Amino acid sequence: MITGDPKALEDIVAMAEPHDKIILAGCHGCVTVCRAGGEKEVQVLASALRLAREAAGRPIEIKEVCLERQCDPEYVELLRPYIADYEAVISIACGAGVQFLAEHHNKTPIFPGLNTTFIGVAEAQGVWSERCQACGDCILHLTGGICPVTRCSKSIFHGPCGGSVQGHCELSADIPCAWQLIIDRLESLDRMDLYEQLHPMKGWRTSRHGGPRKIVREDLTK
Amino acid sequence: MVPCTGRVEEVLMLRAFENGADGVMVVGCLEGDCHFVEGNLRARKRVARVAALLKAAKVGADRVRMFNLSAGEGTKFAAFAKEMFEHIDGLGPSPINIARSEATANRRASSSGDTP
Repeated sequence: MITGDPKALEDIVAMAEPHDKIILAGCHGCVTVCRAGGEKEVQVLASALRLAREAAGRPIEIKEVCLERQCDPEYVELLRPYIADYEAVISIACGAGVQFLAEHHNKTPIFPGLNTTFIGVAEAQGVWSERCQACGDCILHLTGGICPVTRCSKSIFHGPCGGSVQGHCELSADIPCAWQLIIDRLESLDRMDLYEQLHPMKGWRTSRHGGPRKIVREDLTK
Repeated sequence: MVPCTGRVEEVLMLRAFENGADGVMVVGCLEGDCHFVEGNLRARKRVARVAALLKAAKVGADRVRMFNLSAGEGTKFAAFAKEMFEHIDGLGPSPINIARSEATANRRASSSGDTP
């Protein structure tokens, strides 16, 4: 999922400061799962924002909505009938959702209510960690299902660097060395032959190095 | 009343303040004695999060507190309620209620033509 981290209430109060009537829009997608931007978070943030504004002597009217997704046109268009009645929208979807709302409703300011962080997994309740940097050319079949692009701090491709100490990255004892994980995994799969193979240098054109990316599926387009 | 403080979500506490409460006390079972294993432990974390939000909203973090006792400790419940009442009484009305009172006074003054 795409994970997010709520912005501090003080930052959101500052964004909403010029406005007296806003929409607070959550998303039922990834940010609901990572408890950053779903229906419950909309309720909590709206209530906290109303309290902050009332305490400051300037009450604010907030319409609370939670769209199925903010990254699909049919859902962001659901704001169309009433968005003109409001001065601004605070979206607590990921950055893609915030931008897509802004593209579709270009006369209304759209503000981000959370910081989009990474594509990751729920390691445990309340703990998420990064697993994918969307490089566009997956090599997990060669590395035992462990991504060196994401999980190695240096994104190196040829085994652990000199900073790997007892299975940990030199950055922090909390970060496992990705290449230690890869080698352990390949050994357990009896596929160390994959580590011995030479591979051509990875092309990064499919990653961010080629600029903003786009997928066009001719079999799906109208 | 709810069957377990694990059901007390953040928004319930926040809306109590929106509805005019000067303080909120959440009273759960003794830690380690939760029938649902960790409902009261979750409640304690939620109370802490609401306190942080109330601080950020400039309402006051110490207007929400968590207490623990067993269902049979009526006397202790009364003592906690008295403690919380005296604590909130000492803090005075919440900034929300002060702002609302001032707004009401201003409206009355402007409708009667007086300067507030």
